[in-house]
Amino acid sequence: MNSFKDAEHLLRVALVFVAATIAFVLVRAALVPRSFGEYGHYRGNAITEMAAQPVVFAGHQVCEICHSDVAAIKSAGKHVSVNCEACHGALENHVNDPGTVQPPKLDTANLCIRCHQVNGARPASFPQIVADEHSAGLTCETCHQPHSPLPLIGAGAKP
Amino acid sequence: MPVQGYMYPNEIELAWSVLIVLYPYITGLVAGAFILASLERVFRVEAVRPTYRLALLTALAFLLVAPLPLQLHLGHPERSFEMYLTPHRTSAMAMFGFVYLWYLMAVLVLEIWLDYRRDIVLLSQRTKGFERFVYRVLTLGSTNISENALRIDDRAGYIITLVGIPSAFLLHGYVGFIFGSVKANPWWSSPMMPVVFLFSAMVSGIAVVLLLYMFSSWYRKQTIDMRCVDTVARYLFYTFLIDFSLEMLDLVHRIYEADESFRSLDFMVHTRLYLSQVVIQIYVGTLAPIGLLALTQLLKLGEKTRKRIYAVAGSLTLIGIFAMRWNVVIGGQLFSKSFLGYTTYKIGFVAKEGLLTAVVLTLLPFAILWVLVKLLPPWPDCEPPAPGSAAPAHGDD
Amino acid sequence: MKITRRQLLILLPAAAVAWDSVLAGTPETSPNYKLTEHWWGMLVDISKCIGCGNCVRACATENNVPEGYFRTWVERYHVSDTDLANPVVDSPNGGKNGFPPILGSGGRNFFVPKMCNHCADSPCTQVCPVGATFMTPDGVVLVDKKYCIGCRYCIQACPYGCRFLNPKTQTAEKCTLCYHRITKGLTTACCEACPTGARQLADLKNPSDPIHEFLRTHTVQVLKPYMATGAKLFYNDLDGSVR
Repeated sequence: MNSFKDAEHLLRVALVFVAATIAFVLVRAALVPRSFGEYGHYRGNAITEMAAQPVVFAGHQVCEICHSDVAAIKSAGKHVSVNCEACHGALENHVNDPGTVQPPKLDTANLCIRCHQVNGARPASFPQIVADEHSAGLTCETCHQPHSPLPLIGAGAKP
Repeated sequence: MPVQGYMYPNEIELAWSVLIVLYPYITGLVAGAFILASLERVFRVEAVRPTYRLALLTALAFLLVAPLPLQLHLGHPERSFEMYLTPHRTSAMAMFGFVYLWYLMAVLVLEIWLDYRRDIVLLSQRTKGFERFVYRVLTLGSTNISENALRIDDRAGYIITLVGIPSAFLLHGYVGFIFGSVKANPWWSSPMMPVVFLFSAMVSGIAVVLLLYMFSSWYRKQTIDMRCVDTVARYLFYTFLIDFSLEMLDLVHRIYEADESFRSLDFMVHTRLYLSQVVIQIYVGTLAPIGLLALTQLLKLGEKTRKRIYAVAGSLTLIGIFAMRWNVVIGGQLFSKSFLGYTTYKIGFVAKEGLLTAVVLTLLPFAILWVLVKLLPPWPDCEPPAPGSAAPAHGDD
Repeated sequence: MKITRRQLLILLPAAAVAWDSVLAGTPETSPNYKLTEHWWGMLVDISKCIGCGNCVRACATENNVPEGYFRTWVERYHVSDTDLANPVVDSPNGGKNGFPPILGSGGRNFFVPKMCNHCADSPCTQVCPVGATFMTPDGVVLVDKKYCIGCRYCIQACPYGCRFLNPKTQTAEKCTLCYHRITKGLTTACCEACPTGARQLADLKNPSDPIHEFLRTHTVQVLKPYMATGAKLFYNDLDGSVR
């Protein structure tokens, strides 16, 4: 027959475990972020934090508000699906302060051939040229209006 | 060359480093050493009794180091407690915090305490100063070492070891599941992964205790109990045979089914992974020790020869099991998930996840073990005397 | 093309109002955005992709993606006539600066843009130990970089290789489907920058989204369908050799 006295040390161990478990539960309650579990096993606030990240590309809808004339030319031509910032780069700074922040001048020599240089992996129906042989050294916008590249401009006349 | 063929751009740099190789290696040693200890405690294999306490202390020393490679690997170790706050029930990795804590406190520490309690109480009465304070804390305030109390301890220890065996399986098996459940990686994805990990863990754990027992006996100029080491070596041999069969089954199955990943993996094993997989893991780390141990089982060899063979086989085993972890973790990241290319593992030296760190973390458990052995001597010839009797005549610790 | 001062005086306030409506609701999502009304995906039309790399550059600009890592990238495939199972693939710097001239002669060559598939049954969110990566109620898989511990398990679990560890934040990162844009009625940066319309954002819960008509009239695939990830990145004209 085991007397309690001989098992008393086990009780001490058990008490240590119970105390630790209680401490754990309390600390956990204090530390788990409040919004955790709102939608699932994650911090609900993370969704709003991610949505609050600042926008860098303004999006063509905003450009078209001021530049509706360009938008009109573009929508009638071959570059209808090319959005403004695809060539002009991210322009949220310009939208925020159009007077002072001017979009950088485009390096058409490299910009246009980035898409239109011939490459066998491009769809065959996509207009491609061999840049060195195509324009006898003339810049692209000599013959092509960038916002509506076809039909060609009169030979030599700038837009 | 760093990249051969095509790798998805984000795959080129390995996400899991040598520290993630080290973690399963360390927990494997823990699980293996504990299983060896349980052989005596639960399965009454009395011959291995001399290694019982040493095996438990070895397991503890390695378990204390186990979280370190993980903490060093994490991008935000200061947030690692989140695993205790919001463990994600679908993630095998989320288990880690609880399984580790359970195994450390409710199994290993408790079992060691119960087995050593009599020694702790006696030592707390014999020693002085800081040492005495440490032992007194360890008694948890109770000095009852009557026969009845010790019988209760023995019973409790038996139950804890019984619970400890599946706990040890869980501690290391879940690591195997972490890899085995990743369907994205055909080198890892396999239901056999937890089983293979577990058996190779047992092999490495038994080998390390065998080596430590032989080394410490030699160092302390004590005679090695040959019946003990012969038995331990026999268990090592049998476990190794099972482990080897499991790995061969995986290999044969892969070659036979030859699914879409096979050609890419086969090429990798024959080139980038050849040295670590075929030479180090299979030839040097598995076939050689199995062959050597087979010799001791089949032939009647002299004591000196057997000791030498056990030392060599044990060392080769430890190298081989490390190579196995390396081949799983690193090998699984060397090939592209497009099956079109391979990358290289660039390991730093003096870096947070570098080679030097790995070496230090591997040696640290032995340093901790040295302290534990001083605090709680595991040597069979070193039991403290019953209260009131003369000090025993035993060798230095 | 010059705008006169008078035109500017009229247009500026209009632009300001429009811009305000774009930014409306920060830091919350715009007030009329309801999570349950959307189920986001994306459509990539291989027959239209010209491999210009605009999408890769735009994404890096919009999301401050560190050099050498990619939230989206473009691959170029060369499939020889005789060996469909072994394409030759390249993706120089993820296609960020376009592609050099064709590799190999003959065969079929095409571009494949890749990004996070925002899987409905994503293996990456399954393995996160702490709940730092998750799928929003509107179908976007995100990473909470304030909660991520950087264990990299999600990176291992993604079958598509779309995740990486950001070296600066030391947290896992990947395409967010420009969540901060789509919740304000904008499209993603990559779709905005794509000159051919090869990339199109799709709201599967919106009955007037063109995706529905497209899915009815075209043969559409997902990557690695046997992984059963419920991928919501749909490809038109995806070749069988694509990995």
